[in-house]
Amino acid sequence: MSTPEMLTPRAMGTPRRRVEGPAKVTGTARYAAEHPLDRPVHLHPVLATIPRGRVTAIDTSAAEAVDGVVAVLTTRDADALADTSDREFTVLQDDEIGFRGQYVGAVLADTPEAAREGADRVEVTYEQDDFRAVLDPDAGELYAPDAVNPAFATDSVIGDADAALGEAEVVVDATYTTATTHNNPLEPHSSIVVWEPDGGRFTIFDSTQGVSTTRSNVATVFGMDEADVDVISPHVGGGFGSKGNLHANVVLACLAARRVPGRPVKYPLTRQQMFSLVGYRTPTIQHVRLGATREGRLSALVHDVVEQTSRTKEFAEQTATYSRSVYAAPHRRTTHRLDMLDVPVPSWMRAPGECPGSFAAEVAMDELAVACDVDPVELRIRNEPDADPETGKPFSSRHLVECLRRGADRFGWSRRDPTPRARLVDGWWSGTGVAASAYPTNRSPGSGATIRYHRPAADGAEHWDVEIAAADIGTGARTVLGQIAADALGVDVDTVEVTVGDTAVPPATVAGGSSGTASWGSAVVDAAQRFRAKYGTDPSDGDEIEGATPENDWSEHYAMSAFGAQFAEVLVHADTGEVRVPRMLGVFAAGRILNPVTARSQFIGGMTMGLSMALHEDSVMDPRSGHVVNHDLANYHIASCADVGDMDAEWIDEEDPYVNPMGSKGIGEIGIVGAAAVVANAAYHATGVRVRSAPMLVDHFLD
Amino acid sequence: MDATITLTVDGRERTLTVDTRTTVLDALREHLDVTSPKKGCDHGQCGSCTVLLDGRRALPCLALAVAHDGADVTTADGLATDGELHPVARAFLDADAYQCGYCTPGQVCSAAAVLAEAGEGWPSAVTPDLDAERVTLDRSEIAERMSGNLCRCGAYANIVDAVASVAGTDGGAR
Ligand code: FES
Ligand code: FES
Repeated sequence: MSTPEMLTPRAMGTPRRRVEGPAKVTGTARYAAEHPLDRPVHLHPVLATIPRGRVTAIDTSAAEAVDGVVAVLTTRDADALADTSDREFTVLQDDEIGFRGQYVGAVLADTPEAAREGADRVEVTYEQDDFRAVLDPDAGELYAPDAVNPAFATDSVIGDADAALGEAEVVVDATYTTATTHNNPLEPHSSIVVWEPDGGRFTIFDSTQGVSTTRSNVATVFGMDEADVDVISPHVGGGFGSKGNLHANVVLACLAARRVPGRPVKYPLTRQQMFSLVGYRTPTIQHVRLGATREGRLSALVHDVVEQTSRTKEFAEQTATYSRSVYAAPHRRTTHRLDMLDVPVPSWMRAPGECPGSFAAEVAMDELAVACDVDPVELRIRNEPDADPETGKPFSSRHLVECLRRGADRFGWSRRDPTPRARLVDGWWSGTGVAASAYPTNRSPGSGATIRYHRPAADGAEHWDVEIAAADIGTGARTVLGQIAADALGVDVDTVEVTVGDTAVPPATVAGGSSGTASWGSAVVDAAQRFRAKYGTDPSDGDEIEGATPENDWSEHYAMSAFGAQFAEVLVHADTGEVRVPRMLGVFAAGRILNPVTARSQFIGGMTMGLSMALHEDSVMDPRSGHVVNHDLANYHIASCADVGDMDAEWIDEEDPYVNPMGSKGIGEIGIVGAAAVVANAAYHATGVRVRSAPMLVDHFLD
Repeated sequence: MDATITLTVDGRERTLTVDTRTTVLDALREHLDVTSPKKGCDHGQCGSCTVLLDGRRALPCLALAVAHDGADVTTADGLATDGELHPVARAFLDADAYQCGYCTPGQVCSAAAVLAEAGEGWPSAVTPDLDAERVTLDRSEIAERMSGNLCRCGAYANIVDAVASVAGTDGGAR
C-alpha cells in the first residue's frame, strides 16, 4: 500500500476561536435543562437508602397529597420496559436494590419545590441483605473479567517475567493505589423529555456526549424504532466520560414522560445524585514490578491490577493497558482482577485505564530511576521501544523521546540536582519531576455527515452546511469540524456552518476515547470528497451529499498512539505538609494539531484534572452504608483556580498520514495521563517521601 | 405558600409569584427563563450561578427570592451593553478561558466583581498590605479571588490570563 494522502492544511492548524464563544460567555447558549418548553413537569427522584436488598412497601399517599404533585412513580406501577438485559437501565422494574442511591421512585409536580417535597414524603420500607461496598482483595472472590474496557484482553503475558525478575540486577516492587473519583462535570446530567402518545415519540433534550447513542439506547430499552426518538443536545457542560453512556436518569425521565403525555418532564440531577447514578472511576490497587539492569534497561515489567465493579453491571477499567505499550521490556505481564461489590456502576472517566495505570507505571519508573541512579528523563529514553512492545507492530508515529527532550529543555531540567530533600526555601521543600503520557489513537466507524451547498441568489456568496450528530462537550468540535470541512472542500472556513448535537442530522459516534475529531472529521472529509466527485467545483444551490467514516485499513499494520512528557515543580510545606504545584508543563506529540487554541485548552484541562486527582479527589465510601459520604462539591474537592500555577502545554509537529486524512490524534484525554504521577514524582524529589497513592494527603509528609 | 415579588433583571423590571422556598436562582431560571446563571450544585459550592446582586457578586442558589424583593440582578448576559460584550467577556474569548462554557457566565460575573473589589482596596487572603487603597491584581491575587468559581474543564490558567489582561497586569502578554 502506498502512503495515504492527507488533506492540505489551510484552515486546519490555524488558531480559531470557538464559534459558539459569544453565547457561552454571556450564558445565552442553552444547555439541556434550559430549553424553554410550556408547562413543564418537574421530576424529583426517590433513592434507595440501603445498598442491597429489596423494597417491601411504598406508601405514596403523603406525597400525592402535596399541593402541586401531579404523579408519583414507583417500582409498583412504572411502565414495563421492553429490554431489561442491562440492569443499569432497568429502572423501577422490580423491587431489587443493587446499590444505595438506586432509583425506587419519582415524584412529578408543577414546581421543583413541590416535587422535592413530595419525594421526601414517599415512605419506602426495605429488607436489607448483607453487602460489601468497599474494595478489599482479601474479603471477596476476585475474578478475571472476560475482557477489559472496551474490548482489551484481561491479561497479557510475554516471555517469563518472574524468571527475569529473579535475575534482574535492580528490582522495583511496589503497590500503588488510586482513590475512587467522580467525573463531576459542572453541568449536572439533565434531560427534558416529551412523550407524544400519538404515534409514540420521545423528544429528549439531553446533556450527552452522543445523541445517537442516547437515541439507540432509549429505543432499545423502550422497544421503539430509533426514528421515533429525537435527541437534541446543542451544548453540553462537560462530561469527561460520564455522559458517554446512557445512564438510568434518562430512562427514569422517559418513564415519567409517558405518565404525563404531551407535557415536558424536566429532570436535572442534583449534584448529590451524581455520586450514585452516572458513573465514576473505580479505586485501583496496582502491584508493579520492574526488573532492570544497573543502567536501568528493563528486562521485566509486571503490572497486576485489582479494582472494583458493581453487581448491577460489570465495568472493568483497563488500568494495566498503559503498561502494554509505553516501555520496552522482553518479559512482561499485565493482569486485571475485579472485586464485585454492592455499589453504583463504575464507568468511563477521562482516560479510563491510562489515567490510573499511568500513575502506578510512571511513579514506578521514577523509583527505578532512583534505584539505578539514572536521570528519570534518560531512563525513559533508554527504554524507548522500536515497535509496540506487545504486538510488535511499528508505531505510525511516536515521538515520546522528542517530547521528553523538548520538555526537559524548556523546563530547565539540566540544572536539576537529583538529590531528594535538598532544597528548603522559606519553609517549603521544593522539587521537580517528570512523567510520560500516552493515549491510543482511536477512530470509530459509524458516523455520517451531510454537506450542502447554498448560493443565495441576491449576493451570490457561497455558504456550506455541514451536519453531523457529533457532540461539542467543550472540546471545540463544532469549530474544528468547520476547519476540517473547509480544507476538505477547499473553501474559506468562514463560509462553513456546522450543526452538531441533534439526531435530525446524520448519526455520529460518541465523544469518547479521544476519537471524536478523528471519527467525525473522517466522515466530513468523505462527504466533501463525494461532493466534489459528484458536483465538481461549480455546484448548484441546494446540492448535497452524505458521507461516512471509512474503515482505517492501516490500523492493522501500525500501532497508533499519542505521546507526551509532563514536568512539574512541587512545593511541600515542611511543617504543614501542604502541597503546592507552582509550575506544570506538558509537551505532546499528537499528530497534526487542528486548532492550537482549543487544543492547548484540552491539554491543560486534562493536566489540571490530573493535578486535581493528585491533590484532592477522593470519594469516601462508607462501608456501613454503601454511601459516598462526601457527595457534594464542598466535600469532594476538585482543583480550584488557586491550585493552578504556571501551567502550559505545547506540542511538537508530527506528521502521521496513517491515522486519518487530517493526520490528527485524539487529545482530550492524554493530558490527564501521567499528570498525577508527575506531581507525586516531584513531591518525592522535594521531600524524599515516596507517596504511592493518589490523592496525596498532608499526612504523607508529616512524621 | 406563594409570594409576589419584583426583581430588576438585566435592567428589566419583572414581577413574579414564587413559592417562598424558591431561590433567586430558580426564580431566574424556572420562572423568568433567564438561564445565563447556571446551576452546578445548588449549594453555594461551585460558583456557576454567580450574578451581581445589587452590584456585588452573590450566589443566587443561596438566596431566597422572597428575601430579595426589589433587588437588582445583573447576569453575564446583562453585562453586555448595546450589544457590545463586556471587556471581561471579550477577554475570556481572546484567552479561550472556557471549554464547555457551563461555569463561564459565573466566572465572567465574578471577574467583573473582582476588578471592582480590587479597585476599592478589598484585601484577599494573599494581599500583603491590608490597608492599601487599591489592590494590584497579579496572578496570585486573581487566582485567589477567582477560586470560588470551579471549572471542571480546567480552564484556570487561561481564566487568570483573561482577568489579568483586563486588569492590565499581564504585561501586555495578550
Ligand atoms: S449553583 Fe450556586 S454555587 Fe453552585
Ligand atoms: S468551561 Fe467547563 S466547567 Fe468551566
